[in-house]
Amino acid sequence: MSVSRASIPKAALLVLLVAFLAAPDAFAGLFRPLAPAGTPPIYAQTPLLTLAVNHLLLVAAATLAASLLALGSAIAATRPAGRDVLPFARALANLGQTFPPVAVLALAVPIFGFGTVPTLIALVLYGLLPIFETALTGLESLDPALLEAARGMGMTDRQRLVRVELPLALPMILSGIRLSAVIGLATATIGSTVAASTLGEVIVSGLLTGNTAYVLQGGLVVSALAILIDAGLRALEAVAARRAGSHA
Amino acid sequence: MIELMHVSRVVDGRTIVADVSLQIASGTILTVVGTSGSGKTTLLRLINRLVEPSAGTIRVAGRDVRTVPPDALRRGIGYAIQGHGLFPHRTVAENIGVVPKLLSWDRNRIAARVDELLALFRLEPALYRDRLPAALSGGEQQRIGVARALAAEPPILLMDEPFGALDPIIRGQAQDDLKAIQKRYGTTIVLVTHDMNEALRLGDRIAVMDRGRLVQEADPTALVGAPATDFVGALLGRGDRAFQLMALRIVDDLVEPGPAPGAPIMAGTSVRDALAESLWSQRPALPVSRDGVILGRVTRATLEAQGACP
Repeated sequence: MSVSRASIPKAALLVLLVAFLAAPDAFAGLFRPLAPAGTPPIYAQTPLLTLAVNHLLLVAAATLAASLLALGSAIAATRPAGRDVLPFARALANLGQTFPPVAVLALAVPIFGFGTVPTLIALVLYGLLPIFETALTGLESLDPALLEAARGMGMTDRQRLVRVELPLALPMILSGIRLSAVIGLATATIGSTVAASTLGEVIVSGLLTGNTAYVLQGGLVVSALAILIDAGLRALEAVAARRAGSHA
Repeated sequence: MIELMHVSRVVDGRTIVADVSLQIASGTILTVVGTSGSGKTTLLRLINRLVEPSAGTIRVAGRDVRTVPPDALRRGIGYAIQGHGLFPHRTVAENIGVVPKLLSWDRNRIAARVDELLALFRLEPALYRDRLPAALSGGEQQRIGVARALAAEPPILLMDEPFGALDPIIRGQAQDDLKAIQKRYGTTIVLVTHDMNEALRLGDRIAVMDRGRLVQEADPTALVGAPATDFVGALLGRGDRAFQLMALRIVDDLVEPGPAPGAPIMAGTSVRDALAESLWSQRPALPVSRDGVILGRVTRATLEAQGACP
């Protein structure tokens, strides 16, 4: 892919983020005015890099699980035999989206204990709907003449799905995954309230000690990650859209 | 050879196709004509089991289609539809190669077949092979659609309004191409259309469908000469019968010895076009030539007689 003018600020942001995570103390001067006197201006309880990596791994795992579940349901719901499942699957995905993640945490902790598992569950549930809805739209908006032609040429149901339906719906599916991942990056911060290791730890610590510098550090790193991942997935979508023949 | 024996299809109590019996001889073109909702498309789709009959039997090459798995059956029968149905994410070559690939042809054989078909449809292979359908004109897309249907050398080709989206000039060319290709490969073709003139032009025999019933099945001359019902007559457009008949016949058998003035018409010209030329140039007789040699002449009186009710 060629480097466009629009990608220059993103590249700069990436460089800045990597520099900050690798050597946060180099930026201490910037944050000192925001930290209460006598406290370190940079969060040092856990290295920021460790927290960022854990944060990303958690969101990646949740997005992957949500993608598999949502895409599987969308495929099932668009098969002739699955038509009856559609309202049920849709209701479930809606419930997942509307149920506050904090409430999921509160309900999950007594069962799974503190840590990563309840956060993962909350993120998966919260991430289902965008992927399910976009996958459904992508699969349902295909030209019926195309599917008819595929059937008429002797493709089996499976060949139609893999060779025609999924490649053509892929740009839509990816946009759902992107939305889900970006929402998940922000939402994962609340996992720190139940002792999951995420960048939320920095923000929560800042809130508890009245240290604005920590809140800002945590918030900025999460935003930068979200912007960069959004950009990366958008680029992937553009490639998929070109492959799907939607240009020219 | 395709045989339909007392075939019906009923959906939710509504009869779409009612007790149709038909035989389509190998190497011929049957055109199925009717208004929308007449059941003509369903009749076509019954042959490759895109829909199943409620009653009756369909045999292709002597085998009851119900004894063949649908996917395998369809791979052996070419299928082309209106609006071509090309895969937008696949190149021209990949689109044409779909069925050969499903049949596990090796890569070189598929590539050779793709180039052969592109050349057959007057599309320079090196230029078109790697294009996506979106980069083609409507006429080109339609040709690729037919090429794709022919890719695995099927003995039978089913076509549902294949030329419906084309403008009149490209449509005429596409019809001529189809006739030429049918002659070359000896393919048995069933072609559905709502356009009676297309049906007359392409069909060795014509089947007329009305509200699910087969109301007449005949060769073009017989159909124009003796429409079985008012519906068939209405489809033909009564005022044009004489000219439709003349359009079906060529001047070759009408040539008589003798001189005639002016530029010759070519052997193979339809009676209708010859008569038009005679009227236009005010010549009571026209010379007829083949490959630059004058065969003789046709007179206007002979031409006119061809429009009489057979």
